[in-house]
Amino acid sequence: MSTALQEPQTTETVNYLNAQYGWKSWLFTTDHKRIAVLYLISISVMFALGGVFAGLIRTELLTPEGDLFNSDTYNKIFTMHGVVMIFFFLIPSIPATFGNFLVPMMIGAKDLAFPRINLLSWYIYIAGALFALAAIVMGGVDTGWTFYTPFSTTYSNTFVITAAVGVFIAGFSSILTGLNFIVTVHKMRAPGMTWGRLPLFVWANYATALIQVLGTPVVAITLALVGLERAFHIGIFDPAIGGDPILFQHMFWFYSHPAVYIMILPGMGVISELVTCFSRKGVFGYSFIAGSSLGIAIIGFLVWGHHMFVTGMSMYAGLYFSFLTMVVAVPSAIKVFNWTATMFRGSISYETPMLYAFGFIGLFTIGGLTGLFLGTLGMDVHLTDTYFVVAHFHYVMVGGMVLAYMGALHFWWPKITGKMYPDGWGKFSALLVFVGFNLTFFPQFILGYLGQPRRYHAYAPEFQVLNVMSTAGASVLGVGFLIPLIYLLWSLKYGKAAGNNPWGAKGLEWTTQSPPTTFNFDVTPIVTEEAYEYAKHEEAHVG
Amino acid sequence: MQLPLWPEAASAVAVDVDHLYIYLTLVSVVMSVLIFGTIFVFAIKYRRRGDEVPRPIHGSLRLEIGWSIVPFLVMLTFFWWGAKIYFLNAVPPPNAMDVYVVGKQWMWKLQYPGGQREINELHVPTGRAVKITLASEDVIHSFFIPALRIKHDVVPGHYDTMWFTADKPGRYHMFCAEYCGTEHSGMVGWVTIMNPSDYENWLAGGGSSGTMAQQGERIFEQLGCAGCHLVERQGRGPSLRGLYGSRVQLSSGQSVQADDAYIRESILNPNAKVVTGYQPNIMPSFQGQVSEEQILQLVVYIKSLAVTPAPGAPTAVLHRGDALAGNAGQPDGGKQ
Repeated sequence: MSTALQEPQTTETVNYLNAQYGWKSWLFTTDHKRIAVLYLISISVMFALGGVFAGLIRTELLTPEGDLFNSDTYNKIFTMHGVVMIFFFLIPSIPATFGNFLVPMMIGAKDLAFPRINLLSWYIYIAGALFALAAIVMGGVDTGWTFYTPFSTTYSNTFVITAAVGVFIAGFSSILTGLNFIVTVHKMRAPGMTWGRLPLFVWANYATALIQVLGTPVVAITLALVGLERAFHIGIFDPAIGGDPILFQHMFWFYSHPAVYIMILPGMGVISELVTCFSRKGVFGYSFIAGSSLGIAIIGFLVWGHHMFVTGMSMYAGLYFSFLTMVVAVPSAIKVFNWTATMFRGSISYETPMLYAFGFIGLFTIGGLTGLFLGTLGMDVHLTDTYFVVAHFHYVMVGGMVLAYMGALHFWWPKITGKMYPDGWGKFSALLVFVGFNLTFFPQFILGYLGQPRRYHAYAPEFQVLNVMSTAGASVLGVGFLIPLIYLLWSLKYGKAAGNNPWGAKGLEWTTQSPPTTFNFDVTPIVTEEAYEYAKHEEAHVG
Repeated sequence: MQLPLWPEAASAVAVDVDHLYIYLTLVSVVMSVLIFGTIFVFAIKYRRRGDEVPRPIHGSLRLEIGWSIVPFLVMLTFFWWGAKIYFLNAVPPPNAMDVYVVGKQWMWKLQYPGGQREINELHVPTGRAVKITLASEDVIHSFFIPALRIKHDVVPGHYDTMWFTADKPGRYHMFCAEYCGTEHSGMVGWVTIMNPSDYENWLAGGGSSGTMAQQGERIFEQLGCAGCHLVERQGRGPSLRGLYGSRVQLSSGQSVQADDAYIRESILNPNAKVVTGYQPNIMPSFQGQVSEEQILQLVVYIKSLAVTPAPGAPTAVLHRGDALAGNAGQPDGGKQ
């Protein structure tokens, strides 16, 4: 770090963190930044919980025999890993924390359009999380996070309804956040902040918000129907009482595939910010990156059937879904190419957030390419429901989304807390995460092609070596996530003052003090330049 | 210590899938190396040296179009090859021999037309197309044979089919691939692929209770079906002689193909499709009284009535291990 950072600027300025004290000032706050912090703490707790479940899964899979837990316990552990990580960490992760904190600041607004609804969304999230935790404490759920019928409605003897109610409730939190973002971006942009000047992180959150608002009601309806069938034996999904289990899958994936984009799009938004900042250069292909977010949001609604190629769907439906799966890969590829092109003739530095951005591009690319394997009909027949799928979506969700989340955390931590963390430790743990991640999940691609099915408590002995590698990797990955927890908390007390703009980044959030004041800007900013205008426009050489 | 990196391939389709996999992997490696290599080179070559602010490059429409279209064309080759295999897998050849598989928490129950029955074991010969009809007694399972690179969900309330022609004798894994509850990972077994002569010997060793059609005929008698469905003439219900594979005129004015799924539905929910000229609510539902295995036996029995027997011959004439589907006429009868 440059020596300028060594001198704390003024530590005792009034900011959103110290403007008010006491627990009431947090629990009744309508400040988007405080709500973001509330979310950050809550989802970190859920991430840790989901991580513990992941650790238990990998420990059981160290040996082929199911010797650590009994089958029912193992089934509950992987179900709760999925439910907690997907519905209570990944879906809210970036929008509810960094989106909440940054969207108003990036567009020059004092807050979101509906600050009270924003607080409400956090309470709804907590209520949903409490139901999920209650389901865990009472004895768990064993349906898998996908709640497939008729197992979930008729055969499971666990707390399905409690967990489903938790997910149902949490969905409304997601809808409200999305609604708030849409209205905010439409109505609250500062003068001069045209649509064409919006930071790409805002575009990504805007596209995500569209999916949240349009998609989430469908999963809510679906889970409500599961609850009704389970409680009152109304025949919807169970063929024994006149239903159709495939109907459930159509409804579930109609939301849950777009939900994948709820999880990844904000991460892509983060990467656009990181790559430009640490290349100190305007983004290449702004309108293509922004447009591809919308493209993904729209086409993402048309590909759900690729989860169902072996259910006996019509082979012509299979063609349609396979084709559109190839189409939806194009906007993702566009983003990767444009990030790469942004680095061309840039001035690239390698601080911790940029290491996470490099990690994201690499792992997301592998996750995306292996997604094409699964979108390829004849290939999917062999690979679906094997560890190949597990590896693929962890490359996208952890290698992609969680790395973007970690990058965002390290990038905006100085803004959120006003403090710097030790960059050396940051780089070290980023490296650990990268190595641990690949060691955990790459062997699973091979396991999947060999034919090891997912959700297996015990497995064939010849699969052991690859599973041991995977478990070893998971422990490295776990350490990689623990170290940041320690130094970030340490930095709150001992970290150097960050200054307003430690990275020399563009964007309105960096023009505010760190941490910002309650209303972000003393005077509403007037925007006169394009996004990421590191060099003056006159010097620009349009290529 | 075993470290297999490649699964065995026991059919021509499996080899084709392997080729597709290699192709996909090669393209992915090339793409990844291009992207990562470019990033690596840029990251070194353009590393920050001072306080200079590089000039922005706003974009290039030509490049954007290029890197949208070229990868998409490559993806279309994936799509095309994958679709070809998928279509090939979808329709069993008409001369395929039948095996009937019922998934049940947590075991596979297999039946052969010759009357042999097995649990978690499948025996098939090389060189002959095998059509597997899948039914579930409870939740969704998925029948997965990695060595053949095929898998199909077993959905309650549906009949599904899959097929293969194995070409390499050996013993291979059979897995349940769709999570189905407590002992999901115990719902595994073995596929034994045998030379045709070994297979004939194996067939001769089992099936003490008659062919599958004969077993079906006994259930037909036990349940009292024969009281109304007379074989050689119309009773209170329509005759089942020549029914299988024919088109049935319904009282609703529509007509349906009498396939496996239609027969199953008519046993479990007789009012769903009433034959024209007959009244609803006469035949009771047999839901809960017959297992999926027994329904399959009934289906095979009714299938055996599709042909008019030689004068004087008993009903349900079947040689052990004989394929029935050759008579069926409707190769994809199990698909909904």
